[in-house]
Amino acid sequence: MPPQLLLATAALLPFLGSAAVICLPGHARNAAALLAGLVMVAALACIGLLYPAVAGADTVAWSLDWLPTLGVQIVLRLDGLSWLFAVLVLGIGALVVLYARYYMAAEDPVPRLFCYLLAFVGAMLGIVLSGNLIQLVVFWELTSIVSFLLIGYWSDNASARDGARMALTITAAGGLCLFVGMVLIGHIVGSYDLAVVLASGDAIRSSPLYLPALVLVLAGALTKSAQFPFHIWLPRAMAAPTPISAYLHSATMVKAGIFLMIRFWPVLAGTESWYWIVGTAGMVTMLVGAWSAIFQHDLKGLLAYSTISQLGLITLLLGLDSPLAVVAAIFHTVNHATFKASLFMAAGIIDHETGTRDMRRLSGLWRAMPYTATLAMVAAAAMAGVPLLNGFLSKEMFLAEAVDNAGDHWLNLALPVLATLASAFTMLYSVRFIRQTFFGAAPHDLPHAPHEPVRWMRIPIEFLVFVCIAIGLVPNLTIGPVLAEAVRAVLGARTPDYDLAIWHGFNAPLALSVVALLGGVALYVVFGRRINSNPRGGPWLMDRLDGGRLFERAMTGLVTGARGLEGHLGSERLQVQLRILFLTVLLAAVLAGVARGLDLFAPGKSTDFDPAFALMWVVGAACAVGAAERAKYHRLSATIFVGGAGLVSCLTFLWLSAPDLAVTQILVEIVTTVLLLLGLRWLPKRDAAIPAPAAEVVRARRRRIVDLCIAGFAGLGLAGLAYAVMTRPAVDGIARWFVEEAYPRAGGRNVVNVLLVDFRAFDTLGEICVLGIVGLTVFALLRRFRPASDSLGRPRQQVSHDAYDAARADRSPGETAADALLVPRVVMTWLFPFIVLLALHLFLRGHDLPGGGFAGGIALTIAFMLQYMAQGAEWVEARLRIQPIAWIGIGLLVAVLAGAGSWLFGRPFLTAYFAYWEPPLLGKVPVASALLFDLGIMVLVVGASALMLVALAHQSLRRTRSAEAEAERTAEGETV
Amino acid sequence: MEIVLSLGIGVFAASGIWLMLRPRTFQVVLGISLLSYAVNLFIFAMGRLTVGAPPVLGAGAEVVSVDDPVPQALVLTALVIGFALTALFLVVLLAARGVTGSDHVDGREPHQAEPHPGHPHP
Repeated sequence: MPPQLLLATAALLPFLGSAAVICLPGHARNAAALLAGLVMVAALACIGLLYPAVAGADTVAWSLDWLPTLGVQIVLRLDGLSWLFAVLVLGIGALVVLYARYYMAAEDPVPRLFCYLLAFVGAMLGIVLSGNLIQLVVFWELTSIVSFLLIGYWSDNASARDGARMALTITAAGGLCLFVGMVLIGHIVGSYDLAVVLASGDAIRSSPLYLPALVLVLAGALTKSAQFPFHIWLPRAMAAPTPISAYLHSATMVKAGIFLMIRFWPVLAGTESWYWIVGTAGMVTMLVGAWSAIFQHDLKGLLAYSTISQLGLITLLLGLDSPLAVVAAIFHTVNHATFKASLFMAAGIIDHETGTRDMRRLSGLWRAMPYTATLAMVAAAAMAGVPLLNGFLSKEMFLAEAVDNAGDHWLNLALPVLATLASAFTMLYSVRFIRQTFFGAAPHDLPHAPHEPVRWMRIPIEFLVFVCIAIGLVPNLTIGPVLAEAVRAVLGARTPDYDLAIWHGFNAPLALSVVALLGGVALYVVFGRRINSNPRGGPWLMDRLDGGRLFERAMTGLVTGARGLEGHLGSERLQVQLRILFLTVLLAAVLAGVARGLDLFAPGKSTDFDPAFALMWVVGAACAVGAAERAKYHRLSATIFVGGAGLVSCLTFLWLSAPDLAVTQILVEIVTTVLLLLGLRWLPKRDAAIPAPAAEVVRARRRRIVDLCIAGFAGLGLAGLAYAVMTRPAVDGIARWFVEEAYPRAGGRNVVNVLLVDFRAFDTLGEICVLGIVGLTVFALLRRFRPASDSLGRPRQQVSHDAYDAARADRSPGETAADALLVPRVVMTWLFPFIVLLALHLFLRGHDLPGGGFAGGIALTIAFMLQYMAQGAEWVEARLRIQPIAWIGIGLLVAVLAGAGSWLFGRPFLTAYFAYWEPPLLGKVPVASALLFDLGIMVLVVGASALMLVALAHQSLRRTRSAEAEAERTAEGETV
Repeated sequence: MEIVLSLGIGVFAASGIWLMLRPRTFQVVLGISLLSYAVNLFIFAMGRLTVGAPPVLGAGAEVVSVDDPVPQALVLTALVIGFALTALFLVVLLAARGVTGSDHVDGREPHQAEPHPGHPHP
């Protein structure tokens, strides 16, 4: 396989595996583990095969355009550093899968765990292999999200949920900062490509945006790698299953932050700000972490704080402006991953086999599990930096750097001292861990009797401990070449000479090392008893500094603060909200007008004044004001007034050369009015005679005055704006093109219709979708409609009709109601075929003359509606099966298929086609594919509007039906 | 003509906004209708006023000076969507009235149980 393909396979495999694992049944522990393990091994093999391609400071890159207009590509890039990290991620990942198979209980949903784990591996590989800054941030946030799922895996456990939430809050917030920082770097460099960015270190460091970019990028890196004061999430993430802790806190998650700092070391480091921020953060984290680790009683808690401390050490190394320190940092990253993963796994075994992780209850496990104890002891010794193990080598390099960099700054002067102190602390907690857990009296009162775990569970630890020893004994034969490649990928020409030998002679670092080791043991001898009996379980001197509690308090404060702000500034009341909305719009419009110096009454051209037009608008304005005045107590007349206003606007369209709009408006007007009339029946009675409370009267009057002012000013502003635009000469926009091209390109002479069904057909498709959705929503809302109790009675008219019938001997009840408006009803019934014809006519002529699918559809709806009004729903539905929902579906399908038809001819969606067809008798007829699209529109419009009207009309029917059912039930009750 | 139409638009908009600020749902529905008339006319007027020149080409499809078709196309769909909007609001208000028993826009009469600021309604 070519290297690019191998690389892409390795990057994609974990995600594919993740999707595949989740499809397995919940109890398929073995299958899930096998699949996850195979994916890890396969991806690892791909990366392994790529080693020759990256050896010798080469890179392998594979790219794909993602957002080409923004210069963002998906780039996979593998060099020595990313190779090393990818191997760590996949190698330890494979071991964790094996371990997790035996760690997880049969009743846990294990496939879900492996699904998250593989997704996490994919995200982590994505970070490591990213050759593009934006892509890196995307994967970065993906690790935050998946780690949330992993930490909260046992979601019925409150502390798991809290820990997951805290980790997500902190790391995702850091990720957002990182995003902004990366955008800034991209802005400085002019490219988001990693290779370009890495080559532009000087430009970045000399840019005025350097400091903000640095702070933001570091905010991402330091939160992820749990540096003080963001370290608080890491101990709480221990609520995750132990295999996950072993993975997240040794080789991945936290190492993403370290990776980022190493990756960008060549371009961001080397300045005072870098030195102070990274160096200080690392130093404080190393000391605080080590100090806190000493006092933990929980095995995983100890390992968590020890992880924080070790990460601080690596960060501190990166903060020193020295290439050798970078070598030490990369080396220690690998070493930490190996010994910390094995220690977490050992802690997991202890927890698994004894049922507790509390060091005060554990003791003397050496007798019960000698193998595990030996492995844990070797790993702990590696952590403490005991010679002949890998931890010793990198700690030696760290101490050498600390001594070499002791110089000008006070921080530097303190460096060797503090470094030794931290090493001593490390020794102290390592000794305590081993002594408390494995030695001493035989354990008693443990939840389970301790014994060795199953063979397979120990294999990952054995392998990792073997690696620790191998690197510690023969570093040049094992890690040497790989480390050299990684260092060269980062430092390039600045690569220093270094020597991985175990023995460098008697020198200052060795002396410090010995002091630290002996000091640690001595401290344990002196203070061990008091530390072990420390009842609080927290570190001395730091009782009041509980970061977690501060975090919780800050989060609670944020929520209460936001709620308080909402209570003060917000309102639940619609009127207040709308008032604010209108005022804001008004203010914005006035400000914009003033800022631009808008002159509303600049002299301009105008068309001739026509008194008839003015008279028509006097009526229109009166209708609008009348509607506004009557709407509260006289709904029927207000509805009529609104209809009048609609008619005036319809006539205006007709007058001003918009026949299409006039046709559609009048039809819509009819349907809307009918709809409103149907709704009136369900509204409560409102009577001006009902007195309002006295306190309300004053407030209501004040509100009305304010509203009147808002409405008046808004109307005035809109009028002025309309006038200003209308009197200015028209801009030569796109209109001319549409008019000129309507016939040659679309074969239609009605330009408006051509625009709708051809030039802008895609927009129209969207609109009819909206219409269909609204129709279905109305239908859904009305299915569960429960009328208010005071609307349940029969309408007054029906009651009086029936009373009249009952009073007369010659009439039976219901007769008058049946006879009402008999002549108009007969006319309406007979109008049906004519209106259908009109609808078809409007539809067919639409391409060339005013009309079209919208108008035709609404006309057809009116035809149906008149039947309902004339004869009632039951009569109509006994004779005519209207299935509006099917109409909606068919209409949408026809429209989409009409558009998709152009694919058959290799054209884009909705490309129109037209030709002439000469059927006998009718003469030459233009046939356009747009007509089919228009047919879809018409059918959908009929479906949607008929659905709304019929659904509303049925409500009266439903009530009578339920009343009948009720009456029947009572009648039955009486007979029984 | 321009002055008449712009004043008309202003009156429609003012009546519509006034109604939308009223407390009863039916008033709000009518207000939305009136405001959408105003807005439709306003958008239509952006193509300037032309008398007697609809954007419909003659039999020979010769290109003549006609009214701007673009605002017309915009308004045409707006008319249909406006109908859908009115229908939806009407039905929502009916459903709300059925559930809460009140036709006030907040679903409860203002002089009963005023919601306390700072304590969001559960």
